[in-house]
Amino acid sequence: MDQVAYISMKNIVKTFGKVVASNHVNFSVHKGEIHALLGENGAGKSTLMNMLSGIYLPDGGSIFIEGKEVHFSAPKDSIAAGIGMVHQHFKLIDVMTAEENVILGKKGLFFRKGESRKIDALAKQFELDVDLHKKVSDMSVGEKQNLEILKVLYQGARILILDEPTAVLTPQETRKLFAIMRKMKAEGCAVIFISHKMNEVMEITDKITVLRKGETIQTLNTAETTPKQLTDLMVGRAVDLTIERLEQPAGPELVQVQGLTVLKREGTPALQNVSFAMRGGEILSVAGIAGSGQKELCEALAGLQKVKEGKILFQGEDLVGQSPKEIRRRGISMSFVPEDRLGMGLVGGMDMVHNLLLKQYQDQKGFFLNKKPAVEKAAEIKEKLEIATPGISKYPVKNLSGGNIQKILLGRELDSDPEVLITAYPVRGLDINTCHKIYDLLNEEKKKGVAVLFIAEDLDVLLALSDRILVLANGEVTGIVDARTATKEQIGLMMMGQKATELEGTAVVENC
Amino acid sequence: MLKIVKKTEATIKQKIAINIVGIFAALTAAALFLALSGFNPLQVYISMVEGALGSSYRISQTVIQAVPLIILSLGIAIAFRMKFWNIGAEGQILMGGFLGSYFAYNFSQLPKPALLLLMLAAGAVGGAVWALIPAWLKVKFHANESITTLMLNYVALKWIEYLSAGPWKDPAAFGYPRMPRFTENAILPNVFGVHIGWIIALVLVVVVYLFLNNTKKGFEIAILGESENTARYAGISIGKTVLLAVCLSGALCGLTGIIQASAVNNEMSSALANGIGYTAIITTWLSGLSAPVIVLVCGLFAILTQGASYIQTAFGIPSAAASVLQALILFFVLGSDFFTKYKFVWQKSEHQTKEGK
Amino acid sequence: MDWWISFFSAAVVAGTPLLFATLGGIFNERAGHMNLGVEGMMIMGAVVGFSVALATSNAVAAMLTAAIAGALGALIYAVLTVTLRANQVVTGLTLTIFGTGFANFLGQSIVGQSTPAAIKAFFSNISIPVLSQIPVLGPVFFQKDIFIYFGYVLVILSGLYLYKTQIGLNLRAIGENPSAADAASVPVTLYKYVHLLWGGALCGLGGAYLSLVYVQSWQTSITAGMGWIAVALVIFSTWNPYKVFLSAYLFGGLSILGFRLQSAGIHISQHLLDMAPYLVTILVLVVLSMDERKSAGPKSLGIPYFREER
Repeated sequence: MDQVAYISMKNIVKTFGKVVASNHVNFSVHKGEIHALLGENGAGKSTLMNMLSGIYLPDGGSIFIEGKEVHFSAPKDSIAAGIGMVHQHFKLIDVMTAEENVILGKKGLFFRKGESRKIDALAKQFELDVDLHKKVSDMSVGEKQNLEILKVLYQGARILILDEPTAVLTPQETRKLFAIMRKMKAEGCAVIFISHKMNEVMEITDKITVLRKGETIQTLNTAETTPKQLTDLMVGRAVDLTIERLEQPAGPELVQVQGLTVLKREGTPALQNVSFAMRGGEILSVAGIAGSGQKELCEALAGLQKVKEGKILFQGEDLVGQSPKEIRRRGISMSFVPEDRLGMGLVGGMDMVHNLLLKQYQDQKGFFLNKKPAVEKAAEIKEKLEIATPGISKYPVKNLSGGNIQKILLGRELDSDPEVLITAYPVRGLDINTCHKIYDLLNEEKKKGVAVLFIAEDLDVLLALSDRILVLANGEVTGIVDARTATKEQIGLMMMGQKATELEGTAVVENC
Repeated sequence: MLKIVKKTEATIKQKIAINIVGIFAALTAAALFLALSGFNPLQVYISMVEGALGSSYRISQTVIQAVPLIILSLGIAIAFRMKFWNIGAEGQILMGGFLGSYFAYNFSQLPKPALLLLMLAAGAVGGAVWALIPAWLKVKFHANESITTLMLNYVALKWIEYLSAGPWKDPAAFGYPRMPRFTENAILPNVFGVHIGWIIALVLVVVVYLFLNNTKKGFEIAILGESENTARYAGISIGKTVLLAVCLSGALCGLTGIIQASAVNNEMSSALANGIGYTAIITTWLSGLSAPVIVLVCGLFAILTQGASYIQTAFGIPSAAASVLQALILFFVLGSDFFTKYKFVWQKSEHQTKEGK
Repeated sequence: MDWWISFFSAAVVAGTPLLFATLGGIFNERAGHMNLGVEGMMIMGAVVGFSVALATSNAVAAMLTAAIAGALGALIYAVLTVTLRANQVVTGLTLTIFGTGFANFLGQSIVGQSTPAAIKAFFSNISIPVLSQIPVLGPVFFQKDIFIYFGYVLVILSGLYLYKTQIGLNLRAIGENPSAADAASVPVTLYKYVHLLWGGALCGLGGAYLSLVYVQSWQTSITAGMGWIAVALVIFSTWNPYKVFLSAYLFGGLSILGFRLQSAGIHISQHLLDMAPYLVTILVLVVLSMDERKSAGPKSLGIPYFREER
């Protein structure tokens, strides 16, 4: 295009301590364009956009809007320039209504009358489905996202940045979002779409800029490229992105969950009458919109969650009401890799040795702590999983990269030779290389005959890796399907509450 | 434009250097305050050091100031490791003093060693029980402990005031609301010119250090302090661990109470704590919750307190100046902690464009 | 009946320092900052206000300087906890130690002096026409000094400000989720400073009421733990300015109950009765904490905010 770019960022540099997040990055967007920012986790996509939205200040480089140089020192400068960002972690106030969230940060002392009508009209114009009087805490993820978009539009955004917007959506919700994005494009806005999902990028965008390790690699026209080329650019070398499913006959049923009901803290059910079985040598995946009861399911299995009703049978023995300690004492080896790595699985402020001790010390005799075995184990795991750390002791694990943190956690959990392995979002936020290493590790466990429970949000991965997929919606099982035959659309509908038995052409494995 | 940037975390050496700069900045600020009040700051500081360390008698007085601070800080450090904000040392001192002196007043016929041991044990129990109330409320109802421990300080104070005005009033005090003096039997002996509390304090430093760093319980307390979810995940019983740690914390504070009552005041009184429970929170924080550093910081604060009482007579400076100075030091050290993690950068707009070429 | 009226009337007077300090605490906590320095800021206000009253006999100047003294105390706290991200509990506590030391240091030379006549006259009771004639309510609420009326106005204005204005909405958002407020272009740091300082000024005024009107002289450690009750009353009022009316006067009443009961011939030790406000506070906190559905206060309370945190 020969016109002046709407936004252009030139030679942007940003460092966090020793980490260079953006290294002389160049990036520009034109009006009426949907432009993808593609890259692995840690490539610097969010960092770059946070600088465009005034949240981070660049250490060097310049930003131009319609050819004029601008300096953003706070989000308000960026908003004034017509830039609006929908963050991956929504920036909404839970206890307030949608309308209050929209008008947050407006100038003036008093509320102006008639704003509601204006907001409503805007929502209609862009076909955003938002109930202005609903509290955010009562909204679904999809509604929250619509609200975020409405909020930035109301602030006058002409350039919309969407940071991994589809990560938490069902395929159906994703399609709705794409419609809104096309609508914005038609209205002459520019949309920047951050993603690492190849098929979505290919479907919706006009242009793609690939980032790798904080550097701009290339900007391409979507029509002239292929997913293969994009992947190679993203990773920096030719890679094989296929995820292999290890085909082997499933073993005996190790765990049977029967009629499991778990309550949330406030007394409403998080899980309702959930029944399924886990077999040795099989990967059972769990799909569902965020917050559909996945966390409670994992914690109930691991003995960390109070169970209202139901049974969790391990080879016929009921584990309900037993603490992790008691479960271990019975000789049952269960490993749990929780979603919150630093806040639950590990102690961020402690070194690797103490983090390994976490699982060992209770079996030690006496009053004192014996650090020796953990030191040896740490060295061994560091070696085996190629963990990059300045030291196994005296170096807090929270200062390590996400991939290395996850390797420590997985290394510790797999070290105890579990019979049952529960993993919640084990690849979230990791680079492609580490993701594949983790898939390999899971397959290795499967091969050993371990019953693996795998929770993830990327349906493509679920379909490729697992044997069966259990779908949760609002704490209820809407079906368990065979991963070899199921489709994304079916699973998407089930995630929204449709029972598998009611869907045509769905191969139901078990009824619940 | 001035902006804040995160930097690579400082090394231990840098941290110490930054803290020392903080303390000096505090002394400078206090000097300004003194100069404004019409005193020569340098002279005042020199007299403070002289007043605290100028003779063997003064040194022994300074040690007497340091002993309670050390034991209290050790106790508070145990709770703080767990991020249980025990602000209740003041009340725990009083209740420890209360239960300990119950035995001093009622069992004075016992042989001295037996009575003293009984008193010390009772003191520890008194403090522990008083601390267990907020701990239990926290475990059971999630009640914010910094508020409950604070409130209990005043409840304890009113209780002791009630006792000295009524049930425990010294009949020989001519109606003045005070409690009787301890008998000789109930007073802790001196070792090398200072009451035996200093030996107790040093032993406790070693014990607490070992407990926090080398025992399974100490490890659990540290995990719980970092993240309750991780503790749950590791199968640690959260309630039990909180109760145990806070119980120990309160026991040490209660022990301090009875040591002070017996060895220093030779009586129980509502002025037993008199703010030292709050000062100890400062020293605990300054020492970074590390047992050996506690000795150092408490020593410094003892010098400040002893020095301040000396300059009160020498210069007529109100002794409240000591708490101003102590608070200033903590302000500056609290502030300087920032510079171990962040730095200020002055960034000009032109600079941004130049750098990009 | 007369006993009750006189008791309630005195409760309003005794609760007024609490009313100001609690309002101050609410602004602090709505900005996401737990400030245990209320006691310190109150006593700084008390000593400065009283000193200025002695020096100038000007009530307005005394109130103004008391507010400034409280705000200066809050400024130390704000620099440390907002800009330098220090631990809020420890910083607040230190502010109390500092404020108490500072006030007792400054007040050493004025111990025992009483307020000048001009000040006493300025703060004498004024009956509000019509309203003061209402039975019971009239004598309890509308035959009071101007400082107390000022308190009524502040409570209502604070409530309107917090719930009915854009700034109030922005402030509440900061207390809940500063990063969301920031992304919506609310200047978080500025808001925090302004409301912490304003909270400090209110605490200073609360202290000034104590020395200028209630006690009418300077005593060492004059606040005697009142600041801590105010910290608790913020919770008791569930961070809602309107409810401060109820909580401040209720606890004001509790603090004088002993003397009143004695005058009515009921003999209970004042020392034991003095425990009541603290025990009731614990009880209230426990009851509030029991209900897990309700959030106990602004969500970001106590957590420092750094925009570039990753």
